[in-house]
Amino acid sequence: MAEYMNIFSSVQVRSPVYGGAPIPAGVWKRQGKGSFSYWLGWMGDAQIGPVYLGTLGILSLLCGFIAFEIIGLNMLASVNWSPTEFLRQLPWLALEPPAPSNGLHIPPLNQGGWWLMAGFFLTSSVLLWWARMYRRARALGMGTHVAWAFASAIWLFLVLGFIRPLLMGSWGEAVPFGIFPHLDWTAAFSIRYGNLFYNPFHMLSIAFLYGSVLLFAMHAATILAVSRFGGDRELEQIVDRGTGGERAALFWRWTMGFNATVESIHRWAWWFAVLCPLVGGIGILLTGTVVDNWYLWAVKHGVAPSYPNVFPAVTDPATLPGAAP
Amino acid sequence: MNFPILRAAAFAGFATLLVTACERPPATTVQHGYRGLAMGLVYNPRTLAAQADANAVPAAQPPADAEGPPAASVYQNIQVLTDLNAAQLARLMVAMTAWVAPPGESCSYCHAATDMASDANYRKVVARTMLRMVRHINSDWQHHVAATGVTCYTCHRGKGVPQYVWTQQPATDAGADFAGNRAGQNAPAAVVGLASLPNDPFGTYFDGNATNIRVVATQALPGSGTGSTIKQTENTYGLMMHMSTALGVNCTYCHNSRSFTSWDSSTPQRATAWYGIRMVRDINDQYLESLGSVFPANRKGPRGDVAKVDCATCHQGAYKPLYGTSMLKDYPELAHALPAAAAPAATPAAAAPAAK
Repeated sequence: MAEYMNIFSSVQVRSPVYGGAPIPAGVWKRQGKGSFSYWLGWMGDAQIGPVYLGTLGILSLLCGFIAFEIIGLNMLASVNWSPTEFLRQLPWLALEPPAPSNGLHIPPLNQGGWWLMAGFFLTSSVLLWWARMYRRARALGMGTHVAWAFASAIWLFLVLGFIRPLLMGSWGEAVPFGIFPHLDWTAAFSIRYGNLFYNPFHMLSIAFLYGSVLLFAMHAATILAVSRFGGDRELEQIVDRGTGGERAALFWRWTMGFNATVESIHRWAWWFAVLCPLVGGIGILLTGTVVDNWYLWAVKHGVAPSYPNVFPAVTDPATLPGAAP
Repeated sequence: MNFPILRAAAFAGFATLLVTACERPPATTVQHGYRGLAMGLVYNPRTLAAQADANAVPAAQPPADAEGPPAASVYQNIQVLTDLNAAQLARLMVAMTAWVAPPGESCSYCHAATDMASDANYRKVVARTMLRMVRHINSDWQHHVAATGVTCYTCHRGKGVPQYVWTQQPATDAGADFAGNRAGQNAPAAVVGLASLPNDPFGTYFDGNATNIRVVATQALPGSGTGSTIKQTENTYGLMMHMSTALGVNCTYCHNSRSFTSWDSSTPQRATAWYGIRMVRDINDQYLESLGSVFPANRKGPRGDVAKVDCATCHQGAYKPLYGTSMLKDYPELAHALPAAAAPAATPAAAAPAAK
């Protein structure tokens, strides 16, 4: 007989296809009647659909597709339209923003114009998807927490690709679209501004990132650990918390003297997750606009410690008499 | 429930990632700074073993008799090695043949077989300028080469053309096409350590010009002028990747990575490298570029410029060329300064019509 495991389960609970709660108003109906996927059942609900596409969804997908095509076809053009080279070099390929000398002007297509266009459509796609999430949540009578968490990520995206370049007066400050290129950009960005690790908002962002991971692990482990007592069954827990939830709470009071509640643990997780890109975006926004060298800023404010010199004193040769630049 | 094809594909994908994305262990780390600062030099013993073989030093020729008639009175057309006697000159010629002429070649690689004094072979004219260059490096660039110095072998290693040289890259489209502008980067280029960084650091920094390498802000808050752009930073980053690859070292050989720009937290090697960059510019500008009319077209790059040097030309993957073994001590004539009247920096191009 199949056994219900609480780390990984191969048992799938199947019910008849459920159409979802009725929505009071809306031009678009849910698409399809729903079906089942055995493979998706391995990691989530096996039921697929019905899907609600709607105007916002279609427009968002359309804009996203246009951005994807602009980026992908530019990459393909950069390897002379060779599919083999495209696959081989894909991690290196990119669509670059305009050159710094271009400022905020609209450049020719192949000197950053494509990048601006891709950025416009990608931003439109993301913002339309945000509106879609907000409206779908309202239509179901839900709160809009998912949309606002998404908005926090969009904030960081907009700071990097739009708001900060505007403040710096150059599209060239923005991030290229590419796998390795955006990582090299990130490293160069940190070096140019004197090491982002000394940016306090970057520090906070890392704290919330690691904090999110910790909370996620604690919460997930707790619920899995009491699933054998039904601690994971939402409906039953509403009418009768049962010994699953009680044991979970007692476990943390035993081990650290304090426990989050079934509801508050999700507030913790939500705020940690939302604050990670929120403060990160603030840190990026201040870089180059308000602070030019975070290391020197940290030295100035007593944040960066000094260490003993183990080498003979090194002098900048450019400052010595007779030195060429 | 068996899905062998999917499992095999997943395994193959994972294995490919492992093999292509990672260097096979082991790696050893040597502390190179105050404790706790992650100032470590990372080496792979397997790579080092291969490099040690490639950097073995050939045995020196037996010393020549110090007494004897001056070379210039025995041989015709001696222009640079005028301070040597005939035996010393012959010894150096034998050494240079072993250092530079490819296997199977001998004197006639550079000399006209019928008349050793003739400058008919362009290689002899090049060699003369190179001898001037070697003396210039050993006497005027001791901040970089110290007393260890360089010889022909430092770069040539038994090859007619050193293994690591560069020429200007073909002009890119620079936006002339409709799409696909790579902006001088975003290709798996070995010269920048396979990063996607701008991949022509040589044309940018080593072409005799003085493009500013320093991009990090020098004060905490923005000043009145505009600072360096991310693009300029990526250019510098590309140059640093070249230096790292050429020397077989990581960033912390020269820099404390918490502040790449601070000299007071850098290692002494950074100052040596600073002079090295200027030395490369100097010899490209003063010596190699001056040979533009000497080299035949097949020795030049796609844009018609002569092959020039970068850090890898001498270093060839070692933190010091030949791991710091001095060949110069066996050939002190390569360290002598020229007589003041024939200062090489002033008249490098004038070398062409003469001989050795």
